[in-house]
This record gives sequence, structure tokens and C-alpha cells, in this order.
Amino acid sequence: MRAVIVGCGRVGAGLAERMAREGHDVTIIDVNTEAFTRLEPDFPGQAVRADGTDEDVLRRVGTDSADWFFALTEGDNRNAFAAQMASENFGVANVVAKINDPVRAEAYTMLGLATICRTRLLIDALARYAGLDADPGASGVRLAEGHHDHHETAVPAGVPATVSDGTGQ
Amino acid sequence: MYIVVVGGGKVGYYLAKELIDAGHELVILEKNSGRARQIADELGSIVLNRDGCEGKHLAEAGANRAAIVAAVTGDDEDNLVVCQMAKHHFDVPRTIARVNNPRNEDLFRHLGVDEIISPTRMVLASIEQDIPVHELLHLAQLKGGELELVEAQIGENSPAVGRRPADINLPEGCSLFLLLRGNSVQQIRSDTVFQAGDKVLAVSRGEGESILRRELIGDSEPIGATH
Repeated sequence: MRAVIVGCGRVGAGLAERMAREGHDVTIIDVNTEAFTRLEPDFPGQAVRADGTDEDVLRRVGTDSADWFFALTEGDNRNAFAAQMASENFGVANVVAKINDPVRAEAYTMLGLATICRTRLLIDALARYAGLDADPGASGVRLAEGHHDHHETAVPAGVPATVSDGTGQ
Repeated sequence: MYIVVVGGGKVGYYLAKELIDAGHELVILEKNSGRARQIADELGSIVLNRDGCEGKHLAEAGANRAAIVAAVTGDDEDNLVVCQMAKHHFDVPRTIARVNNPRNEDLFRHLGVDEIISPTRMVLASIEQDIPVHELLHLAQLKGGELELVEAQIGENSPAVGRRPADINLPEGCSLFLLLRGNSVQQIRSDTVFQAGDKVLAVSRGEGESILRRELIGDSEPIGATH
């Protein structure tokens, strides 16, 4: 399986290592070369210094043939953006965006994007440790209810006409 | 009309100023506190020092009663998220996004942003008008970018010279409709014969443009190449 991971933070690097060691073909992208020091020196995948929200970059690393796409930068919006680009423009079947703002994570889950919300996961883990009831919505990667085919992003039909008419700015 | 502007940079600031002058009610969301204070000093208490990408801040700004949300920050990903939140979380009837990378325009459209303003595209179009290149000139986008209104200058080496519309192998969904010849403007009819120096206005689908260019202009160097 081929995986593209955007963002080589602790999570991105850790996931890239693990998937690559299991024999998957992994490409990890980060805008900062130093981020790649989080990878082991013998990391068996590809590390590419580039902007993972740039369509040309995603094309260059072969996103169109990826089975998995993980958007794991520190920016919720960058992740939401890159993930939607991967599913809409490149047709990647399994796309996950890390969105740490719970409201935004909820909104994108409703839109059909698979999201993982660190904030909610941590709160739930700590609350359970403190003896509180589990939050059923906090578990792992969340898919929208009724969106089993989660590559179909819920875009309203009949997108209104848009014209760049030179009146802006 | 109540308008929420996200991003208090140069574009957001002047936009707000014009809108206030036009008598609209609005709020600017600007996450940088220094910049927010600066705008407040100039324009009064219409600024919320908040990140407009967060749902609760959009709620605080009254996005649910806004007629328009305009996302004009310098970051495409922020502008997309603002518009998507506004549209799907607050049912804002009209969302407008500034798009900096022209390649992102289709994605924005596809994801339901109502209007897209691309400064890069505009400057590009303006430069294209100044260069007498053998290219199709993009005049406007129609039907949400599905169709393009383009102008082709027929040069001496154009394969269209001396031919009628029926002799030209047009791409599907393309229509030639207006001829600019000297100072006259005429409709293109079946008996029109194209001459060097003519300008032809056509409506075309994006994918048919290369065929249209080949048929009307001929093979030529792309923009940026030396002539």
C-alpha cells in the first residue's frame, strides 16, 4: 500500500516509521528539513521537503496513486485543506485530517471528512482515567455518520456560478 | 446588509472601509492583536481580535445572521476553512474567498465557495493583455468556471485565415460568436471568412482550449518564451 503523510511532527514521523517498517511505500512531506531528524537515519521511505498543501507538490509525490493520505501538520486548516485536495483532486480513497479544534473537527466530520481530534482524544483519556464516563464521539478516527463511503465529501449540489470579474482588490 | 470579513490585512482593511462608506454593517475578525488594534484605531470598534477559522469566533461575530462572509486572509487554507464553516455550520448564503494560488480555484469552487477572487489571476490576465503573444486571451469565466469567454487574435500564419466557421474543427461545446474587424463588430455567420488581423470572441470549455488555440492561432510559443 502507498501512503502519503503531510507533516513530519512526532505523530507524522512515528506513523511514517511504523508504516514503512511494515513494508508500505511511504512518502512523508514537510516544509522544514529539520523535521526529518525525527525519522530514524535508516527510514525506509521517502522524505520530501515541500509544501504539502500545494497541488503540484502532491502530484509530484504521486498522491494520485496513494491508498492512504494523512494530513498531520500542526495547522488544522492546512490539514483540512490538504486532505480535501487529496480526496477531491487526486481521488485518494482513505484520507484522514488531524483537526485539533473540536468544533472544526466536528464540522468536517459532518462534511464527510475523516478526522482525528487530539484535544478530544486526550480529554476523553484523562476523564476516563479520572473515573468519568467515556465520550463515545472521541474514539480514534471519526467518520461522519451515514458516510460509509467517506471519500464522497458532502458538497451541496448546484454550486453557484462564480466569476472573477476584476472588481476585487 | 451584515457582512463578516475574516482577515484584517490590506485587502480586509480597505474592503471594510469601502463597505462602511457604502453604509453596510460589518465586523472584521483579525487574529493578530496589534493589527486588530490598529484597525480599530482607524475604523472604530468593528474589529474582533479573534481567529475567524474557529467556529465559536464566527458565532461570536454573528455569522449566523450574516448575508456574506468574505475570507480575505493571505492563506488559502484559512480562507477555504472560513468559507466552509460559514456555509455549512452557519448557513451563510454567500461566501467569498480570496485565492492566492490560482491552482486552488477549482478546489474552492468544487467545495462550495460561492465566489472566488484571485488577485494572482487578475494580474496575470492584465499582463497577458499587454503581451501580443499568440495566446488565447481570457476575458471572463462563465458558469462557475466551466466555460471561458476568450479572445483569439488571428495572425497571418493562422490556419483559420481564408476559412469559414464550418471549415474549422472546433472542440465540442465551443462557439465562435463575435468578430472584431478594424473598427467594426459583427456576428460570426456561416459565410464569414476569417482574415489576418481579425479578433474572434469565443466561448469554450477549459479542456477544448488547446484545440481552439491550434485552430485559430496555430502552433506558437507559449507565454514567457522569447519571440
